[in-house]
Amino acid sequence: MTTLVAAQGWHFRKPSVIPGFGLTLGFTVAYLTLIILIPLSGVAWRSMELGWAEFWAIATDERTVRALRISFGASLIAAMVNVVFGTLVAWVLVRYRFPGRRIVDAAVDLPFALPTAVAGISLASIYAPNGWVGQLLAPLGIKVAFTPLGIVIALIFIGLPFVVRTVQPLLEDMDREVEEAAATLGASRFQTICRVILPGIAPAVLTGFALAFARAVGEYGSVIFIAGNIPYVSEIAPLLIVIRLEEFNYAGATAIAAIMLVISFAMLFAINLIQAWSRRRFGYVG
Amino acid sequence: MDVSIRSVSKEFDGYPALHDVSLDIRSGELIALLGPSGSGKTTLLRLIAGLERPTAGAIFFGDEDASHRTVQERNVGFVFQHYALFRHMTVAENIGFGLKVRPAANRPSKREIRRRASELLDLVQLSGLEDRYPSQLSGGQRQRVALARALAIEPRVLLLDEPFGALDAQVRRELRRWLREIHDRTGHTTVFVTHDQEEALELADRVVVMSRGRIEQVGSADDVYDRPNSPFVFGFIGDSSVLPVRVENGKLWLQDRFIGIEVRDVPDGPASLYFRPHDVELLDGGGGCIAGTVTASRRVAGTRRVELEVGGARERVEIELPVDHPEAANSRISFRPRRWKLFPASGGTAALSATDDGSAGKADEAELMLAASL
Amino acid sequence: MSVDTLTGMPRPAAARPAAAHSFRRPTTEGPLAKAILITIALGFLALFLVLPLIAVFIEAFRKGAGEFLAALGEPDTLAAIRLTLTVAAIAVPLNLVFGVAAAWAIAKFEFKGKAFLTTLIDLPFSVSPVISGLVYVLLFGTGSVLGTWLKAHGIEILFAVPGIVLATVFVTFPFVARELIPLMQDQGTGDEEAALSLGASGWQTFRYVTLPNIKWGLLYGVLLCNARAMGEFGAVSVVSGHIRGLTNTMPLHVEILYNEYNFVAAFAVSTLLASLALVTLVFKSFLEYRYGDEIAATAKH
Repeated sequence: MTTLVAAQGWHFRKPSVIPGFGLTLGFTVAYLTLIILIPLSGVAWRSMELGWAEFWAIATDERTVRALRISFGASLIAAMVNVVFGTLVAWVLVRYRFPGRRIVDAAVDLPFALPTAVAGISLASIYAPNGWVGQLLAPLGIKVAFTPLGIVIALIFIGLPFVVRTVQPLLEDMDREVEEAAATLGASRFQTICRVILPGIAPAVLTGFALAFARAVGEYGSVIFIAGNIPYVSEIAPLLIVIRLEEFNYAGATAIAAIMLVISFAMLFAINLIQAWSRRRFGYVG
Repeated sequence: MDVSIRSVSKEFDGYPALHDVSLDIRSGELIALLGPSGSGKTTLLRLIAGLERPTAGAIFFGDEDASHRTVQERNVGFVFQHYALFRHMTVAENIGFGLKVRPAANRPSKREIRRRASELLDLVQLSGLEDRYPSQLSGGQRQRVALARALAIEPRVLLLDEPFGALDAQVRRELRRWLREIHDRTGHTTVFVTHDQEEALELADRVVVMSRGRIEQVGSADDVYDRPNSPFVFGFIGDSSVLPVRVENGKLWLQDRFIGIEVRDVPDGPASLYFRPHDVELLDGGGGCIAGTVTASRRVAGTRRVELEVGGARERVEIELPVDHPEAANSRISFRPRRWKLFPASGGTAALSATDDGSAGKADEAELMLAASL
Repeated sequence: MSVDTLTGMPRPAAARPAAAHSFRRPTTEGPLAKAILITIALGFLALFLVLPLIAVFIEAFRKGAGEFLAALGEPDTLAAIRLTLTVAAIAVPLNLVFGVAAAWAIAKFEFKGKAFLTTLIDLPFSVSPVISGLVYVLLFGTGSVLGTWLKAHGIEILFAVPGIVLATVFVTFPFVARELIPLMQDQGTGDEEAALSLGASGWQTFRYVTLPNIKWGLLYGVLLCNARAMGEFGAVSVVSGHIRGLTNTMPLHVEILYNEYNFVAAFAVSTLLASLALVTLVFKSFLEYRYGDEIAATAKH
């Protein structure tokens, strides 16, 4: 399949005086195939080897279903929280001037830069019943660490920059004239925000949501320390894959991975659809 | 709706953008604010709209002091330079926006809003485009939608900021005529900002010429072109040539040469003589004229533009001749401006004297009419 | 000649100072709303971003600097640091070369299937790190043809350094290419065509024209790639086998120490990784601030 792409590219490329096309594209495709495509296709191949009955048995196994539900459910909640707060943070960073704004802006990328294991043990220690935040919540009867709520917390942490960094550029590019136009037409500030600004950035918010969600579903390192990892309760799907691997149950691991991959690619496809739709309809991309 | 601007000043972070500007706009008038960039014309427009607050002064809508009114309360239609259409709304939604955000008490029904939007689209000649998005329209169409949107709220004043600035020349000319028609039909008091004098002179009932935060002159196209009251206006509107001259006993001298122009009630001393390059008469040399050596001659559209070096100081001036004028081939040309205006040589802006004040001017006008009838 | 309205105008209400009432720009919120929004945003960030970072350092020094240093001086820790540096030193240059080649092919030429190729390059971002590790286990593990053959020839991939490197290359695969592609697309091909027309060879054109144009974007991509390479946990965890002193990278070592309830040591090693993150952020912000125009502004992660 990939060689076909390369072959087509060679034949149908526009003529250019710039050298190195064959070399760079050849290397790119070869490297991509070796590192990414062949190993990934292994998952598909192994799943097919399983046969439909066995695959279905694993996929509908109670523990698998629960793990997937926890992964997707927690990711959904975390992404929704991130949509609200991520948009707010982007708004504050773009629109307001306050001391330390630059530092705050840089800090938003911390979840990209901080290794997930470090984030995981740190969050676990903060939200543990005797941790800084945990001991404040404990008297209220709220347990965070070692419960599904802890998973949500970790996923909020790693997903936040996706929303902020997708919404921020669109807010920066937003024309002040548009808001002034709304005001001259009689819209209050609140109406301008609700009817003009927020719908205007909706495609970006949606993209940010999808990115944060996709990342959260696959997240492993930051979650396993805070989750407690109790089967059926707070065990996420990636962890179940690891457990099956440790049991040398490759079939089980592969089936879960295949389900997750299909859903991830569907997400990727959805993101592209959102962007294509937005570009076609409004002439800009979120 | 009359609009009265009274001694308005505006500073941005200590940088003065408008100095003590006063202007009366009559109801139903179409007014152009004309000036180079940085002259404060857009600032003045935004002050009228309420998008900025004046540092000092007041703005009246009719008898009501609007200075304290927010932009929402002022009910002005504002058309932005880059249209500022809402990208995520259809054309109909854009036009209906101002009605939709009204408080429930006086908000028209959805059907009514939709009907009004269609009506306005008819007015701006875009019927049938209700459900398009702004990205699917051309620049000229967006401009029309922006105008329809501004008209939808039945504004007391219509304000347009460089309305044709982002369009190409052909569309510009069309829309200019069209805007005049709409104005005549709807009768809104309209103020528009432009840096294009052709646009201002062609379109506006009165032109407000601005420079460096001040109003230089207010008047009809004829006023500002034929009777500019400052060197700036003379230079900014239309082509102009300037010569440094000296006044002695009511006569104008270029170095040691009397140039055949006499003035009354002007004190002796240096002055600047302004005239239009095309508004000159050629003479046979001798006394009482300006004589110069031709340094360049260029054909510009329907006329020939001749550059002359005049007098010992080799001052350069331009005059325009008919293309087939025999004198154009000569190496020396003598001429005298038919109409002219004299301003103090430095600093001052008030006119010292001009052709139309004296009898000479009347004679010239008669001559001009004669030439036209021939 | 008519007198201008301007000069002879009557002024009934002589210029009075404009309004003592507070004027709010129509494009901003009131000061109270502003303060509330800023407080909520900063509070959220403090709770979710800053607190975990501070916690790392405080936990690491909970029992004093002595314990902290002792934890770092342990042979297993030193081995983990060495392995992490080694893995990054292999994975980052590989992806750097790939990134430049891919960006050259994609940004400087028009060909069929380009959009698809770009999507494929982004693929590792949408794959769970655990699956990134799993794919190599399936490829090289017992039961696979390749794994059996390699084992027969005495080559260890899984649960050894090569596997860790491969998994790291997989997860950090898109970083450099992603930064360079939009940047080089923006820059177009004009400069290169000019250089070629002046007689430069292909390599000279790249070395003297293209490379100076993309150097900050390249550095930016390498920075992000390196941070991820040193910090990767999930993918590496699956292929490493967790052999102390041999196949433990720093993040894996953190996990082991933490699971042994050796919290001070776990957080001590974490401070190194957190410092790496901080240095990356500072460097990244500096590049964005100083060379913002020379780094594609579109792709920020």
